[in-house]
Amino acid sequence: MTATAAETAVSHPSTFRRALATIGVQNVSLLLALAALVAFIGVQNSNFFYASNIATIGTTVAIVGVLAVVQTVVMLLGGLDISVGSQAGLTSVVSAMVFMSTGSALAGIAAALVLGLCTGLLNGVVIIYGRVNAVIATLATFAAYRGVANLVSNGRAQGYTGMNHLFVFLARGDILGIPALIWILLLVALLVQLMLHFTDIGRNIYAVGGNATAARLAGIPLNRYIIGIYMLVGVVAALAGILLTARTGSGQPTSGSQGLELQSITAAALGGVSLQGGRGTIVGTILAVILLGVLENGLIILNVNSFWQDIAQGALLVIAVVIQQRRAGGRGVGLP
Amino acid sequence: MTDPVVLKMENVAKRFGAVQALRGVSLSARRGEVLALMGENGAGKSTLLRLMSGVHQPDEGSITVDGQTVIFATPHAARESGVRVVVQEPEIIPDVSVAENVYAGALPRRGRLFDRTGLYAQVAKDLARYGFTGVIRPEQLGRTLSPAQRQIVEILRALTGGARIIAFDEPTSSLSDHEVESLFRLITQLTVEGIAVIYVSHRMKEIFRVATRILVLRDGASVGERIAAETNDGELVRMMVGRDLSALFPRSPRQIGRTVLRLRDVTTEDVSGISFEVRAGEVVALAGLVGAGRTELAHAVIGDTPILSGSVEVEEKPLHLRSPRDAVRAGLALAPEERKQQALLMKRSVRDNICLSVLSRLQKFHIVSRAEESRIARRYVAELRVRTPTIEQEVSTLSGGNQQKTVLARWLARQAKLLILDEPTRGVDVGAKADIYAIIDKLAAEGSAILVISSELPEVLGLADRIIVMQGGRMRGELTRDEATEEKILSLAILEDAA
Repeated sequence: MTATAAETAVSHPSTFRRALATIGVQNVSLLLALAALVAFIGVQNSNFFYASNIATIGTTVAIVGVLAVVQTVVMLLGGLDISVGSQAGLTSVVSAMVFMSTGSALAGIAAALVLGLCTGLLNGVVIIYGRVNAVIATLATFAAYRGVANLVSNGRAQGYTGMNHLFVFLARGDILGIPALIWILLLVALLVQLMLHFTDIGRNIYAVGGNATAARLAGIPLNRYIIGIYMLVGVVAALAGILLTARTGSGQPTSGSQGLELQSITAAALGGVSLQGGRGTIVGTILAVILLGVLENGLIILNVNSFWQDIAQGALLVIAVVIQQRRAGGRGVGLP
Repeated sequence: MTDPVVLKMENVAKRFGAVQALRGVSLSARRGEVLALMGENGAGKSTLLRLMSGVHQPDEGSITVDGQTVIFATPHAARESGVRVVVQEPEIIPDVSVAENVYAGALPRRGRLFDRTGLYAQVAKDLARYGFTGVIRPEQLGRTLSPAQRQIVEILRALTGGARIIAFDEPTSSLSDHEVESLFRLITQLTVEGIAVIYVSHRMKEIFRVATRILVLRDGASVGERIAAETNDGELVRMMVGRDLSALFPRSPRQIGRTVLRLRDVTTEDVSGISFEVRAGEVVALAGLVGAGRTELAHAVIGDTPILSGSVEVEEKPLHLRSPRDAVRAGLALAPEERKQQALLMKRSVRDNICLSVLSRLQKFHIVSRAEESRIARRYVAELRVRTPTIEQEVSTLSGGNQQKTVLARWLARQAKLLILDEPTRGVDVGAKADIYAIIDKLAAEGSAILVISSELPEVLGLADRIIVMQGGRMRGELTRDEATEEKILSLAILEDAA
């Protein structure tokens, strides 16, 4: 009898641990941080809990959210894409300009998606065949794509999409009372999650990020994977560009897309994606996106100077990575 | 005069995990003498040097310098006591001068300013004193140095740091003949200065050229010490070999069949003119010393590094290799020596690691059935007796032997036609070793072709049907199972003018 008692006593923490392991320590801490933040903001200003405010948070995070989801995939591979914001800006301008000249929203959207595919392909080709470090390559295209966006638009907002049903639906429509923007974010996150979890492609992405040499010796075509994922990022960045056009009613070369790279990387890192690749989940990233959205909204509601937002973002990115490094337990010399 | 013994190690032992690297070795280094350390790969020479240089600390035994017991907790402590190990590839800062490399950390200053002129003058004086004037200039940049010059920088560091015991770890492996000559002159010079030299090498000629005494190690224990003038090649080779592990090697009847892999004159950056074949149901071993080009050959055959000329044929069809993917698709597989760095996803489960090679076969419209994966993983975990609580276990928590079995399981799941196993039992305990030998035997009996690279002679003799010996990137000979002995293999692998 004593033995049974001892066993149950032992099995309790292990069940708890197993539950914790399933959800993930990272995700639990994100949920706790989110709860604390919500409680803090809610106590200061109860307007925070209005349904309209919640919907606002949802629509604000949609654009950065889709980018964070694909940023997660690139980071799982062991790469990084700094050019996501510039790609979104460029495709935003192009979607509006094609829409204005053809009168067709679908043509504008298609043009943006194809362009996104091409900008992503270029990133991948520079990285693989130029043997350029991913950070440097996408830092270069970050500047170049922004330049192209400003060049074709003369640096000004382009066109007006506020009269088009499709664009208006994307920006303000809803299905079952939930904004279309949120549906799009959920759909993108779900598709990527399914890909990562249930397909050989997803599993190989984790393998490449976890140990590229082992993946190569096991016969996985690394180059194809890396270029393919950068193309996926390009397409999703184009989707973000289209949503940006829809929300602002015109093609925006820079405003609205500036800072998206920082936000998407911060969200992924905060969500537990390892900068070395191979580790991380979409669920973690989405939780981090919501956390960042709530923080931004809270700072506005509480009338905090908006410059603080950038400071908070930067601080969070550093904190997220410091926590990651501590948990990895590595002790190195020189620069990481 | 006083006792000539400056460094004394008594009964030092060191264990790494399951591997007992040193089991009670004693040595004495005397001033003005050269003590040579010999032994097969894995005999414990490198571990002994690491204990001397403070990289590792002995589990048992003592180290004394000038009769004082010392504890080398760090490499710095060893240097303070005057012990210095010159490694094969010394750390050289590429973009600063030789002089700054020599005095790194202790640069002379005039007031607050770095005294460049003074430094160059000092180093020029040092060079003259040790007879290197003209060989190397103080202002030369680190990156422009040849391997021999790099070693000279390291030796200067040692001497200017007041070293009295200098150990060389295979110093000539990256040197040209001419450079080897200057190194020998230097060693003579060092002994004249009263420094105790320890010299580790495989090369008989060199040993007899420089050594005063020779200490032979085998399996982490010392076999005996000889005065160089009173011994010969034959005696040393006999002392180095002679382990008996035959009980570990099961041997089922093998049916040798068609040729699976054929190499014709394969030449890469590291090896040249390699031609041999491996047939179904046959275990071929590539023997030789570390650095003979065997691992490099394996990586070329698997498509990881380019083949410059010659051809690889799989089942009589030429194989065009652009990446390992081509080799894997043709049915070749490599279990690399560096399994943590090159084979395993350390943070993933046993199942993910096993199924890595078969995902592309399991998928339908890119969707992979988890149940099917688990079935395959369970099957091979049972078949190879991988000791793991579940197939969900993270691979990094398993022992070396079970990690190696996981890698083997990956390629069995893929049903590879030819397996290349590079040092399959390195860092593996004896029990798992026996399991791995049994797996290799069973695979061969079932008709797989297997190429084993091993630096352990008993392993080579116990496993192989045929043995190919390499030295310096070339084939030195081929022995059948019946004619092969440890002496014959070692002679082909070590002696420069062997038949």
